[in-house]
Amino acid sequence: MVTLDDYKAGDTEWCPGCGNFSILAAVKKALVSLDKEPHEVLMVSGIGQSGKLPHYLKCNTFNGLHGRTLPPATGAKLANPELTVIAVGGDGDSYGEGGNHFIHALRRNPDITLIAHDNQIYGLTKGQASPTSEPGMKTKIQTHGVINTPFNPLAVAISLGCTFVSRGFAGDIEHLSSLIAEAVEHPGFSLVDILQPCISFNKLNTYSWYKERVYKLEDEGYDPTDRIKAFEKTLEWGERIPTGVFYKHDSTSFESKQPVLEKGPLVKQKYDPEELIDVMKSFM
Amino acid sequence: MKIGGAAGQGIQTIGTVLSKTFLRDGFHVFGSQFYLSRVRGGHNFFQIRVSDHPVQAIKEELDILVALDEASITQHLEEVQDGFVVADEAAVNDTTPENVISIPFVDIAKEVSGNKLFSNTVAVGAVFGILCYDLSCLNTLLSEIFEKKGEEIIEKNIAAAKAGYDYVQDGKFKGVCKFDLTPNPVDGRILIDGNDAVGFGALAAGVQLVSSYPMTPSTGVMTFVAKYADRFNAIVEQAEDEVAALNMAIGASFAGVRAMTTTSGGGFCLMTEALGLAGMTETPVVVFLSQRPGPATGLPTMTEQADLQFALHAAQGEIPRCILAPRTPRDAFYQTMRAFNIADKYQIPVILMSDQYLADALFTYENFDLSHVTIERHLLSDRELKKMGDYRRYEITDSGISPRALPGQAGVLVVADSDEHNEEGHIDQTIENRIRMNEKRLRKLDGLKEDMQLPIIHGLENADISLIGWGSTFGPLAEAVDILNEDEVSINLVHFSDIYPLHEGDIGLLMDGLNHTVCVENNATGQFAQLLRTELGFEVSDKILRYDGLPFTPKSIIRELEEKEVV
Ligand SMILES: Cc1ncc(C[n+]2csc(CCOP(=O)(O)OP(=O)(O)O)c2C)c(N)n1
Ligand code: SF4
Repeated sequence: MVTLDDYKAGDTEWCPGCGNFSILAAVKKALVSLDKEPHEVLMVSGIGQSGKLPHYLKCNTFNGLHGRTLPPATGAKLANPELTVIAVGGDGDSYGEGGNHFIHALRRNPDITLIAHDNQIYGLTKGQASPTSEPGMKTKIQTHGVINTPFNPLAVAISLGCTFVSRGFAGDIEHLSSLIAEAVEHPGFSLVDILQPCISFNKLNTYSWYKERVYKLEDEGYDPTDRIKAFEKTLEWGERIPTGVFYKHDSTSFESKQPVLEKGPLVKQKYDPEELIDVMKSFM
Repeated sequence: MKIGGAAGQGIQTIGTVLSKTFLRDGFHVFGSQFYLSRVRGGHNFFQIRVSDHPVQAIKEELDILVALDEASITQHLEEVQDGFVVADEAAVNDTTPENVISIPFVDIAKEVSGNKLFSNTVAVGAVFGILCYDLSCLNTLLSEIFEKKGEEIIEKNIAAAKAGYDYVQDGKFKGVCKFDLTPNPVDGRILIDGNDAVGFGALAAGVQLVSSYPMTPSTGVMTFVAKYADRFNAIVEQAEDEVAALNMAIGASFAGVRAMTTTSGGGFCLMTEALGLAGMTETPVVVFLSQRPGPATGLPTMTEQADLQFALHAAQGEIPRCILAPRTPRDAFYQTMRAFNIADKYQIPVILMSDQYLADALFTYENFDLSHVTIERHLLSDRELKKMGDYRRYEITDSGISPRALPGQAGVLVVADSDEHNEEGHIDQTIENRIRMNEKRLRKLDGLKEDMQLPIIHGLENADISLIGWGSTFGPLAEAVDILNEDEVSINLVHFSDIYPLHEGDIGLLMDGLNHTVCVENNATGQFAQLLRTELGFEVSDKILRYDGLPFTPKSIIRELEEKEVV
């Protein structure tokens, strides 16, 4: 039996009170609930406050480049589909710097869970707007307030056929950890976008701001298999903000569409040297 | 001979069919291509040299020119010494010189095979007619090539070839069999170009993931591996861009498979950050960088060796790296396998540099020796790990190389980080750690230098003049030296395939023994000469630089040497 202690690690460098702590707790809880051994798990992260998360729990980790969370995660999953691969990044990391990779990961559908710490701000670089920042939000760079339309990760995911699209809230660890567990179990690309208050730089989207607005879709008898409804729900933002699973559908992952992987993980396969002779014949 | 025409006219097919026929009949063949960046139209050509001794460069003079378009005549007529010019009727007009003999390829094709598509094969037959060369080997080859298309297509092709042959033999060329080509069929010879050789080498090395974004002239490698991927238990993924391509390869390598990416200059620009990631996380990876002239999009289908200084320095900070630049397709095969072994041994990125010229140049060889295929992974086994106790991914060692385990191996956790990290792989920004880790990584270069191979010396020993070259220029340089040696010029060639790191001791000593040196490169700034200066403190006496997008020919090198009054 795996316990929380198996995932216990040292000190963190986050601001006291940051939403990242709840996400860390929820990730650990989810992995324990799934009885995953730390050596079976690979966390791939980018750069940002969020990207440091894998360092604060015990598991295999590849902490790569800013915005480049998904390509190495995809490569690792192809090499060894037996690993449980979880990608972790911020909203800047996942949707800004890594926007193109996000789109194409959705198209590929690898069996990876993306945990996006969506604090609507750049934390590590001290408070610039992110792709999901509210229009009008003033920062030291956006001195007249944000003028661009916010990126809607859930709507983009649904429009590109992502088969597990969800939103969690860092203020509700129980709910979040069950979402993460469900996402990890889902075969195919699963998105968990997490409303994460950044208490240092985002003075707009605070814990209390969210608490007033957040509600759970499942409490309202919502059916997560209707894609059009799901799309509608992704547009709901303001007085009320939905959390939970927006859209869920059976999925065939990128890896299971690779004929070569039917023989087992790539890491465990070798080629037959006879094949080389055959290739050489093609040059004669 | 040269076959010129527009893209889409099947020039490559003619070239390949001719080359393979001669190969099987025991000749040595050298083929090269010139093409423009378009799918149809434009003027392209395929050039073939056939000889009874090994050849590895193009000649400037032609014996036979086959012109499928008008440009073939206007651009290449002067190259024909006293040979033949065979032109398609559509390529000639009132101003066409008299020595050009036009043949109605299309009409003949329609007449004997019912479709103008066969005019290619008519042209091949015509060439054989001029050579008075037996068609039997060609017929066998046509049967093989069109096997999948069925008996009827084979028959029509054979008929088309014969019609082209007869037209020439019975008509205007009658009785002019001035070429003496006696077939001497051999088994076990192959005809291979640089890109296929790299792909073949990668398969032999056990590559299991190639993630790339297409870019001429590197795409052929990706295509080649894709063709055989299922049989070699490999996956080829077309990434969304070059940033993803290298990052994906790094992720796969981290998880334990041999991984590679293929690209050209512009794509390599995008890969530089990930190259640093491979260096920092100590993840082995092979980057195939096939050069074409820059800057920016440059000349997409031409050749140049101008990315060397970039490859040497690409990525921020300082990382150990290895650069290899194959000389020939055979070298490309072995160097590609070696690239994977070096990457695994030192846990570094290895950049394999080629260029458009080598990519498309066809060489004849005896079979490659597959008993030389060795795969050295340098990974910890489960047993070794158990004995080890605590596992630290970045353990500090004398060689700078840390023991490598894979994620998923029971009992250990593998933590890799792009931030400066401690031995466990966790972020550590302390000054003392930074110095130790930086030194550990760079220490790998000491061991790597010992593994680097010396340049080869071609031609006279202790010559008065030494040409210095690297990578794909080997063929033309070696032939230039051979020609000059025959003329009793005291000259040789010192040619590098292992480019970086250079061994100050071994290579330095060799270089110090040279007399008058001329560095010959396909770039405008003498990038390899710069490397010799910075790494070895060696100054070359002279340089020959070519940067018009075209490869060197033996003659062009000799011409330049004469102009500089070196010979
Ligand atoms: C290529 C590159 N560009 C910029 C940066 C600087 N940088 C580090 S983190 C970051 C943004 C972080 O924001 P986000 O991804 O939302 O994560 P958070 O810190 O808010 O969790 C930036 C711009 C970098 N490390 N690399
Ligand atoms: S800056 Fe914001 S996101 Fe970063 S640790 Fe502090 S509160 Fe959390």
